[in-house]
Amino acid sequence: MELTGAEITVRCLADEGVEYLFGYPGGAVLHIYDEIFKQDRVKHILVRHEQAAVHAADGYARACEKPGVVLVTSGPGVTNAVTGIATAYMDSIPMVIVTGQVPTHAIGQDAFQEVDTVGITRPCVKHNFLVKDVRDLAATIKKAFYIATTGRPGPVLVDIPKDVTTARCEYEYPQSVSMRSYSPVVKGHAGQIKKALGLLLEAKRPMIYTGGGVVLGNAASELTQFVRNLGYPCTNTLMGLGGYPATDPLFMGMLGMHGTYEANLAMQNCDVLIAVGARFDDRVIGNPKHFFREDRKIIHVDVDPSSISKRVRVDVPIVGDVREVLAEMNRQLVASTQKPDAAALKAWWTQIELWRARDCLKYDRASSIIKPQMVVEKLYEITGGDAFVTSDVGQHQMWAAQFYKFDKPRRWINSGGLGTMGFGLPAAIGACLANPGSTVACVTGEASIQMCIQELSTCKQYRTPIKIVNLNNRYMGMVRQWQEFFHGNRYAESYMDALPDFVRLAESYGHVGIRVDKPEDIEGALREAFSRKDELVFLDFVTDQTENVFPMVPGGKGLSEMILV
Amino acid sequence: MKHIISLLLENESGALSRVAGLFSARGYNIESLTVAPTEDATLSRMTIVTSGSSDVIEQITKQLNKLVDVVKVVDLSEGEHIERELMLVKVRASGKDREEMKRMADIFRGRILDVTDKSYTIELTGTGEKLDAFLDALEEGVVLETVRTGASGIGRGERILKI
Repeated sequence: MELTGAEITVRCLADEGVEYLFGYPGGAVLHIYDEIFKQDRVKHILVRHEQAAVHAADGYARACEKPGVVLVTSGPGVTNAVTGIATAYMDSIPMVIVTGQVPTHAIGQDAFQEVDTVGITRPCVKHNFLVKDVRDLAATIKKAFYIATTGRPGPVLVDIPKDVTTARCEYEYPQSVSMRSYSPVVKGHAGQIKKALGLLLEAKRPMIYTGGGVVLGNAASELTQFVRNLGYPCTNTLMGLGGYPATDPLFMGMLGMHGTYEANLAMQNCDVLIAVGARFDDRVIGNPKHFFREDRKIIHVDVDPSSISKRVRVDVPIVGDVREVLAEMNRQLVASTQKPDAAALKAWWTQIELWRARDCLKYDRASSIIKPQMVVEKLYEITGGDAFVTSDVGQHQMWAAQFYKFDKPRRWINSGGLGTMGFGLPAAIGACLANPGSTVACVTGEASIQMCIQELSTCKQYRTPIKIVNLNNRYMGMVRQWQEFFHGNRYAESYMDALPDFVRLAESYGHVGIRVDKPEDIEGALREAFSRKDELVFLDFVTDQTENVFPMVPGGKGLSEMILV
Repeated sequence: MKHIISLLLENESGALSRVAGLFSARGYNIESLTVAPTEDATLSRMTIVTSGSSDVIEQITKQLNKLVDVVKVVDLSEGEHIERELMLVKVRASGKDREEMKRMADIFRGRILDVTDKSYTIELTGTGEKLDAFLDALEEGVVLETVRTGASGIGRGERILKI
């Protein structure tokens, strides 16, 4: 039987096993929405702004292992979605975005709500398609899911002109895809793996550095086994938190611009470094010139060859799926008669413990003003370390990363690459839907939360009982911190004047709001919020305006040039 | 250093813009870029002349390979190869210069395609360097117009870029 393009689109999503579709209707996608209305296999989540649709799909994808799926209309629907798409692209999140387009005959005529979607999104998607013939539609959607979820994942966009959604053809959803131009490497090169293990076992000052690739590649248990097999120190990037249990003694904390003293110094001073699913970006190693050391050997495991030797020269590159490669390394390590150099390792750990004793994350616990770090620590305690925590971007994000000890992957959901303020709340919606019944907290600030505050309405509609932890210091805190350190205390436009009363704002959306301004009330307020299992609670913590994030590696400096508290 | 990179890509709309966009987004140089369909109509063959350190060239080839429309990438400069570029050049050819211009075209194995009483249009093929040399050899002011295709390249001997 022949189906319309709109029917085919929705059938494809259902046949792909899509559970939720995050979107916002408009002229070019009306036929598709009509088909959504007529079925119940795919549930549509109506957001209040297209950017939030993408962030919610993104949060959903990060919190479970499935791709996020988005549907928006042409023109402004697409341009609003671009920030979300770029966010997902920078963090390699699997996602399929279906966009409406003006009818094929109108393309290029500056039609109402027309933009060159394929052109606008090209630099921030893994791939995109414009479907001009309904007979290509099903195969294209299948390809989109295949590309989005394999290799280094990423967002893939399918642009569908309105006349294609009414044109008819036979429907058959392809079972498999094969593309001559796209075949990601899965298995690591055996010789390279052997060489890497040789280097690792001879190391005097080894270091294991892992990133978001371990989380996205579902390789956390393989990594944990790998680190324990060797007994070497392990650090995670901001994106990689939860890849290795943060409460384990072999864990050094996060590294990078706001990484721990011990992680950064171990990174800088190691003699053999293995990077797994991480890409040596500027927020992680600072200036590559300062990072470089003649006597350090680097092994790099990544599914994306272009991530290897991009910023840092690598001695042993291994292209492959991180889980496959780590599993193979574990097999060989267990079988190997050679063991790590115990004496050297002991000396290395002694050095690391000295660095650790510097207690770089200390803060004033006796303060009479709420310290933001304490809020995150209490959040960690009260949620038993088992919440899904989303964040926005800024100081609160760094404190959440530093003080919430993630023992499991996919629990920490933040925009690391693009650094998108406004990400936290919609991402929390996605995380809630992906894990019904789980605890979901959004750690945010009064500046970030206002960038997608309208989603409080979506939260009401779909009853997502998110706990919003607003660290309200009345400043764009990270901007203020840079202005204090590097711009002579000139706080240009970083003060948030005329803030709303967040408690009443939450209430007006039909949620619960709690304001907390004394340190002794933090715990009680959090307990109350989390006891309200079915409600969204907006906790507005009035925090110390002068608090800064330490340690800090100033931009362009090396990892050992940290500003400490 | 100059490199000639050859690629096979899906002959689909937008494929060229993906390649061009990659170069501009990542700040790589393009000295020239040529593209046309191959004997297999589903594939296009592109030749890009670029320059950069070996690290940059390595990144360029990796990033090109990462594009979903790109089927194969080869850095022709890594081995023996042939490079040819076509140039059409319109020159002033009147009075005493007319004979001299004909001689210069002959020396560079150019062909005169179009003649007026004041000008010649000369076709010249060769490496980019040879075409540059021809232009350098002409007297100042005689060149009225030039158009160059950019280099096409192919490996020597058994080196074949095919899927």
